[in-house]
Amino acid sequence: MIEHLPALIIAVPLFGAFIAPLLKKKGSAPAVWAIIITGVTLGMALLLVRGVLAQGMMVYVFGADKPTLVLPSGYRVPVRIIFEVDAIGAFMALSATLMSFIGALYSYSHVRNETGLEKYYALLLLLEVGILGMVLTGDLFNLFVFLEIAGIAGSALVGFRNYRGEASEAGIKYLIVSAVASLMVLFSIGLLYGQYGNLNIAYLSTQISFNTVDMIALGILFASFAMKCGSVPTHHWVPDAYTEVPSGINPTLLVATYASLYALFRVSFSLFGNITVNMSSLGWIMSILGVLTMFIGVTMALVQKDVKRLMSYHAISQTGYMLLGVGVGLAVLNDPAKLEAFGRDAMAGGIFHIINHIIYKSLLLMTAGALFYVTGTRNLNEMGGLARKMPYTTIAFIVGAAAISGIPPFNGFASKFLIYETSYQLSPIFAVFAMVTSVLTLASFVKVFASAFLGPPVKKYEDVKEVPRSMVVAMLILAALCLLFGLFPNVVLDKLVYPAVDALLKLSSYQTWGGLP
Amino acid sequence: MTWIESLTLNSPSGFWNPIVWLAFLVIFAIIGYLIYSRGNRSYKPGTEQVKPFISGNAVEDVEEIRVRAGDIYWGFIEALKGYYGVLMRMHSGDLRDYILWYLGLGAIILFVLVGGV
Repeated sequence: MIEHLPALIIAVPLFGAFIAPLLKKKGSAPAVWAIIITGVTLGMALLLVRGVLAQGMMVYVFGADKPTLVLPSGYRVPVRIIFEVDAIGAFMALSATLMSFIGALYSYSHVRNETGLEKYYALLLLLEVGILGMVLTGDLFNLFVFLEIAGIAGSALVGFRNYRGEASEAGIKYLIVSAVASLMVLFSIGLLYGQYGNLNIAYLSTQISFNTVDMIALGILFASFAMKCGSVPTHHWVPDAYTEVPSGINPTLLVATYASLYALFRVSFSLFGNITVNMSSLGWIMSILGVLTMFIGVTMALVQKDVKRLMSYHAISQTGYMLLGVGVGLAVLNDPAKLEAFGRDAMAGGIFHIINHIIYKSLLLMTAGALFYVTGTRNLNEMGGLARKMPYTTIAFIVGAAAISGIPPFNGFASKFLIYETSYQLSPIFAVFAMVTSVLTLASFVKVFASAFLGPPVKKYEDVKEVPRSMVVAMLILAALCLLFGLFPNVVLDKLVYPAVDALLKLSSYQTWGGLP
Repeated sequence: MTWIESLTLNSPSGFWNPIVWLAFLVIFAIIGYLIYSRGNRSYKPGTEQVKPFISGNAVEDVEEIRVRAGDIYWGFIEALKGYYGVLMRMHSGDLRDYILWYLGLGAIILFVLVGGV
């Protein structure tokens, strides 16, 4: 059973997605079904993490007599579809399943009054399938296929409220941007396949000679995944998509974005990790993109009046921290002394920030969804005095805002602390920008808190009350995680983050699974 | 290793322990409460005493005098008008511009990698 986990974790939500439309006329059955399926998938992800941390990388070969048999007799190169689950893949899978479960739980009440819920939940489960496939596969073409599944499911969900013109527009924009990025990914895969006749990432990384065609492939892959993860200057689709998607999908869509960030890291560290030249330049590009992303994202957030749009710009800004942390590690990858001194910790900060950000940004977007649920508007100018009416949402917002601003003892602080210190050692300017961004983040959340929750009560919201219980529970779970991850950062770093960092850094262990010559 | 050390996050040039920080926070909260408890006890909630006073003028409807989100940080945004002008032009909302930015980024990365910068 355990050896089939990498396949089952994809098969279960895929099965769930196909069954969901059959529950069309059964009231809230699609919602309950999605909660059950995402819950089961979360349990499987926990088992997967335990297995990977205990036994090392898990390899699963589809269609083989024995799922761990990579090279049957007579084969010199791997030809089947292979899943390779190492610690970073397991870390991302856990993030994806946790957020899909929380999203399904929150959606139970949040979208109850919408029509087409069986499609909504089928797409949610398909989006989960796409993300899990991206982070678990060891095959480039498979990566493209799952990227497409996630892109199409995501764009359909962004345009789910098709009675709103803005939602349809955002959905189409997301679809086109996704399609352009993934087709260019396919083009790069074609370049690599044309040269080396194989699509397996581990095998390709042993073969790549870094000629001009390889460099072109790397450049296109880098730009495409940078666009998909919302890095400046290709971030424009993010505010539209995150604002219009129902808040219950925001957590899963966030993880989908970071699955592209994972793909960017995988390409940089694993596929091209053997290269000793030019990777430092790529690390500097990643770090500079990170700094630009965090600063432009936060300054754009400061001027927004739409609460979800403001938070969407923050999502862009926080992606900058992850790019900066991992970019610092990539910049010193070929310098063992610097990698040991601060590069590994910088990467730990960047990867720790992924899960921290997924938690607190999902929480904040859910509080924005709760404000919309109660007031029917996302315009901050029309809100006020809601803290008295919505105490749980207010507490959840304060926790989320403190966490994203890097205020101790919440989780955002721990990862930012590592990023500030380590990026300073590469270039002090980077650390200055990172800290100024945190101050501006806090300033913009003070704006939201003052205008929506504080101030005199607004007459038209005299009769409003707290959001339904399932939404409150989902928000409080995330708020509790913000506090727990902040109080015990070492536990998360030791158990999840450093193994994930080492999985990226120790390329030889990623390459040796097949016993290739 | 003691439990407190196991909860200490060591970075390349420092450390962070949230439990110690929390302990200090609790101590400062107790000190703050002690100072507060020795304060003026003549404050009476729910009486005329707590109503707003605007130089003897009648207080307007509170909903009309609240500070709206658009007014917060007005000075900051006004001071950085030039910077925001550039940013707003960059965020045109036009899908064709999105693709152009993508092509531009791709071109720069290829220039750095292939050109060996």
